Amino acid sequence: MELLSHLLLGLQTAATPANLFYCFVGVFLGTAIGVLPGLGPTATIAMLLPVTFVLPPVSALIMLAGIYYGSQYGGSTTSILVNLPGEAASVVTTLDGYQMAKQGRAGAALAASAIGSFFAGTVATFLIAGFGPPLAAVALQFGPAEFFSLMVLGLVASVVLAQGSLLHAIGMVVLGLLLGLIGTDVNSGTQRFTFGIYDLADGIGFVTVAMGMFGLGEIIRNLENEEERSVMVTKITGLWPTREDFKRMVAPILRGTIIGSALGILPGSGSILGSFAAYSIEKKISKNRAQFGKGAIEGVAAPESANNAGAQTSFIPLLTLGIPSNPVSALMVGAMIIHGIQPGPSVINEQPSLFWGMIVSMWIGNLFLVVLNYPLIGMWVRMIMIPYQLLYPGILVFCAIGVFSLKNTEADIYFMALFGVLGYVFSKLGCEPAPMLLAFILGPLMEEYLRRAMLLSRGDPTVFLRRPISATLLALAVLAMCTVLIPAFSKTREEAFVESSS
Amino acid sequence: MIRSGKDFWTGLIYLFFGVSAILIARDYSLGTGGKMGPAYFPTILGGLLVVIGVIAVIRSFVVPGAPIGAFAFKGLILVTTAVLVFGFVVRGAGLVVALPLLVIISALASSRFRWRPTLIMAAGLTIFCVLVFIKGLGIPLPIIGPWLGG
Repeated sequence: MELLSHLLLGLQTAATPANLFYCFVGVFLGTAIGVLPGLGPTATIAMLLPVTFVLPPVSALIMLAGIYYGSQYGGSTTSILVNLPGEAASVVTTLDGYQMAKQGRAGAALAASAIGSFFAGTVATFLIAGFGPPLAAVALQFGPAEFFSLMVLGLVASVVLAQGSLLHAIGMVVLGLLLGLIGTDVNSGTQRFTFGIYDLADGIGFVTVAMGMFGLGEIIRNLENEEERSVMVTKITGLWPTREDFKRMVAPILRGTIIGSALGILPGSGSILGSFAAYSIEKKISKNRAQFGKGAIEGVAAPESANNAGAQTSFIPLLTLGIPSNPVSALMVGAMIIHGIQPGPSVINEQPSLFWGMIVSMWIGNLFLVVLNYPLIGMWVRMIMIPYQLLYPGILVFCAIGVFSLKNTEADIYFMALFGVLGYVFSKLGCEPAPMLLAFILGPLMEEYLRRAMLLSRGDPTVFLRRPISATLLALAVLAMCTVLIPAFSKTREEAFVESSS
Repeated sequence: MIRSGKDFWTGLIYLFFGVSAILIARDYSLGTGGKMGPAYFPTILGGLLVVIGVIAVIRSFVVPGAPIGAFAFKGLILVTTAVLVFGFVVRGAGLVVALPLLVIISALASSRFRWRPTLIMAAGLTIFCVLVFIKGLGIPLPIIGPWLGG
């Protein structure tokens, strides 16, 4: 019953009044930004990161995690009520959720989403608790060669799951790795690519890059076509699902949870893919498949469970291996480093209260979400009414002040502007910024592991193939790359992204 | 004839960064495989980027692709300018000048810009940020800067 004692330790950490408060603030803010279209979790976490520096590490991470899964949840509320997905992962929810709302069954749809998300969140919490320690134990045996290969696998997976051209995704990864090397080289003290600029000696902060590419870049892109947002708010009635609804929800929630959990662990757009995959599977196997697109409750329950499960299981590689799997967890890695915690397999042994506290807080946060959302629906709907032309200058203000406060220097504001332009240009060229941010954070780490592995092998590069775990990881990376070339898979991949971006 | 603008321009960007990385890294010591110098990893990455760039450029002449689409120059220029102006004046003139400037210049990018709500927004945000960020979180930014005798 080691698991129980661990969870108890987590409960002791997460249930202190202060941490409950930060968890609440996190999910509340998360829901709010999930509701607001055009403001994603990556930009928000980047903006709020400086504020969390004053908190103890556990509270900071609990709050940041809350923002992330809260945003997944908020996105679905608006998908159902007003047909506006606040988050990419909740796009498929609009298909049936909004139809249900139009038929006066908004309440049942919201309940399906809430129950599905809560169930998926609970399962995912136990998955992290169950798989975390053994995975970390395996990872503790890793040498530098294994870590290097693991990062290669992570980056390849993010490329495979990225949107658009494979070649450009690889290019973005390499570019990200390169940009991550700007600054002082830890081994020799050489200033690399700094052009004699003092502010570059420590490198460009990942928060600066994230705010530029995801905050500014996104705003400029949204200004391209300011669509009329005439919000037709449907009346919320039938707040409780019928017995029939419950019966129809059970299986889709279970399947959605499994699919979402599995895809969430993969790097890249795992939670987006999860919700799409769960929806299309339901559509194929459901008895009520004729109803899909016309307000089938299965079409809400399955993707909602999947995206919440995915949002949470994406913490598994982060907490056990120290490898981020998406831009949000990349920011969490940065947050941990700033708080003096080296993310990796040793966290679980050296900081057990942090590890377990975070896990239990996720479950508490999910409970908050369910309890919060019903009474606050009216407020969320009013928030959607804020016109974008008033919203985005405000976002810019928070980005500018936030990025300044990182090192108290204006230079970061200029770098942020530069990355905003870069982010916009790349998005016009069809290159996704997410793999680049991931690579940006991993760049210096990868170089370090490569150096150490090669030092130990006296310059023999076959070390990556001679060590069994490392070789397996690299083989998996090659395999992942090959799947893209299989026509059936690449077709599904394209469909997934076409549907989620339309 | 370029058949895919996206491939062509992205390829050129990759080539630019790749070639620059290799050229700049020549100033640092390369080291050996067993004892990598500061230039080793950047040179590998630069080389990879050059290869990817070349493939993209060649592909752009062979495989047709979707057009790039119009750039939102108004938004791009105004939003970037607004942020840069904020950076330039915030220390000298203080937050009460820099913040409204950021809000107004960036708001001009919207096709639905109107003065009244923008000014109210600017005033409200300034008060909020002074209270929360300067008074509350103690971020070392002047409220009224030395240029204005603050």
